[in-house]
Amino acid sequence: MPDKRLLILAALAVVVAVAFMTVGLRGNIGFALELRAVRLVTLIQVGVAIAISTVVFQTVTANRVLTPQIMGLDALYMFGQMALVLALGSVGYVALDPRLKFVGEAGLMMAMALVLFLPMLRRRFDIGLLLLTGVVLGVLFRSLASLIARLIDPNEFAVVQGSSFADFNTVRPDLVIVGLMVTTIAAIIIWRLRHLLDIVALGADSATGLGVSWTKALAGLLLLVAALVAVSTALVGPVTFFGLLVVALAERIVDSRRHRLLLPAAMLTAVIVLLGGQIVLQHLLGGAATLGVVIEFVGGLVFLAMLITTSKR
Amino acid sequence: MAALPNARLLVAAGLVGLFAASLCIGVDELPMGSVFTDAGALQLLLVSRLPRTVAVVLTGAGLAIAGLVLQILVRNRFVEPITTGTGQSAALGVLAVTLLFPTASIAMKTLGASVTALAGTSIFLGIAHRLPPTQPFLIPLFGLVYGGVIGAAVTFIAWQTDLLQYVDVWTNGEFSGVLRGRYELLWITAAMVALAWWVADRLTIASMGREVSLGLGLNYQRIVQLGLVMVAVISSLAVVVVGMIPFVGLVVPNLVSRLMGDNLKSVLPWVAVTGAVLLLACDIIGRLIRYPYEIPVGTVLGVVGSGLFLWILFGRTQRA
Repeated sequence: MPDKRLLILAALAVVVAVAFMTVGLRGNIGFALELRAVRLVTLIQVGVAIAISTVVFQTVTANRVLTPQIMGLDALYMFGQMALVLALGSVGYVALDPRLKFVGEAGLMMAMALVLFLPMLRRRFDIGLLLLTGVVLGVLFRSLASLIARLIDPNEFAVVQGSSFADFNTVRPDLVIVGLMVTTIAAIIIWRLRHLLDIVALGADSATGLGVSWTKALAGLLLLVAALVAVSTALVGPVTFFGLLVVALAERIVDSRRHRLLLPAAMLTAVIVLLGGQIVLQHLLGGAATLGVVIEFVGGLVFLAMLITTSKR
Repeated sequence: MAALPNARLLVAAGLVGLFAASLCIGVDELPMGSVFTDAGALQLLLVSRLPRTVAVVLTGAGLAIAGLVLQILVRNRFVEPITTGTGQSAALGVLAVTLLFPTASIAMKTLGASVTALAGTSIFLGIAHRLPPTQPFLIPLFGLVYGGVIGAAVTFIAWQTDLLQYVDVWTNGEFSGVLRGRYELLWITAAMVALAWWVADRLTIASMGREVSLGLGLNYQRIVQLGLVMVAVISSLAVVVVGMIPFVGLVVPNLVSRLMGDNLKSVLPWVAVTGAVLLLACDIIGRLIRYPYEIPVGTVLGVVGSGLFLWILFGRTQRA
């Protein structure tokens, strides 16, 4: 029996999706619908990828103010992108199929994420130190990426030039399908692991006591998170606080940390916020280009508020 | 203890050596011997190389001192103005002045930036003092995100008003545009550094907190205000004249306190000198790594500075 609140969220998501496809439609309807459909699929899968990767990451790190992006995972992806161009640019790497490139970049990033973060998570640092380290690592990888960008030729630079904030208007039809595959597979795996996630949330000792191989579970979940972050970063760019925003909202709505409820709620909330925000900015305020900046601003404020209230407790 | 004079000697030698190197490095050949015989060489030195080098030294020293002062005020070793909201507030101020008075001079922009930087830093300080002192990493984290939020506001406004490229100039620190006549405001930084040295003892007392300071007869409120003004003015000057340069204010005071101790009055000049050395080194790296093109010093410091910061963080926890 599905939860009533989930049903309401799902209905709302459908309404927003229909509105996204139809509001302000004019001109060549067939062309506009096709364009909007691609963008709809992009936004939905980005929302889903960010929402579930954030939920899983928060569970693994036992902290509710974290997103993978705060810990610099998206910067890691951009760095991997740059490093590959620098290392392989001369052998025709840039001219490769974007889907192949994406797979290579995502693979490299997953490997780097495992090497960097698994030891950190296993040693269970003080959470403040962990956060600060992640943020500084993010700065390091971002700076390295832009350093490499300036080292390689300007025309190669144009191939991978990433912006400093998310752009929800760029549609990458070449990456939509491969991204959809990765997102769907990861979402299915995570959904099947929802009970394991409930156990992992109890912490290393309890989980081990209940028969979970802690390191193995951690490594697997981290890889899934890394793959999902790669998808969202490749499609729209870095979004640091969006996941935090929607997971906090979803947690308020379903009033539970059980993954059976939280995962679908977070996904639906993410889709509603992304599509709704896009509609409002595009048709009411006439500035759809800035959705990424607005989300960063609001999400950052939410993060600060959560940081202050949780530290007071 | 025997290592102390060596560290000072090394830093001083570094300053002299890098200063000379900075004068010699550039796209155009400039043999030092020709300065006295060749009028063109002398002009190049006086119009471009010397101003640039002086600007780097002033900015580096100023940012290191601003970081030191902010760390004392916040009572946390892991903060610095450029990444914790002061720099972004200053950018907001420049943006506001540019929008309201498009013809404003650099001095006017600096003034506007200083006002907003002062407000932004005061808010940060107010919240930082309310965060629990038992969690030392919370304050820098709060500061980084606080700076990010103000930065997002700046980007949003700039986007709406088509000023994004200007903002890029203020947020990405580099010295390639420094010529004679375009950097002289930075000398105010030198005055601020001297002021910091003059009030160093009072800052030391203030670092022990409000109650102790008042007990020792210090006008705590006054010294905190003075410190905030120094931080805001130095940061605003840097943002307006050369752009944001991260991490100098963070790593330099930490490095110096490791090598030379914590006696503020005697250490403060060395913080300034080390800041100048670090920034000179990074500027020279930026000029050489892709010669004859230049990498902005802000980017170089993003790599060098965050690396050094991680080293400071983990060197510390392993000892503790």
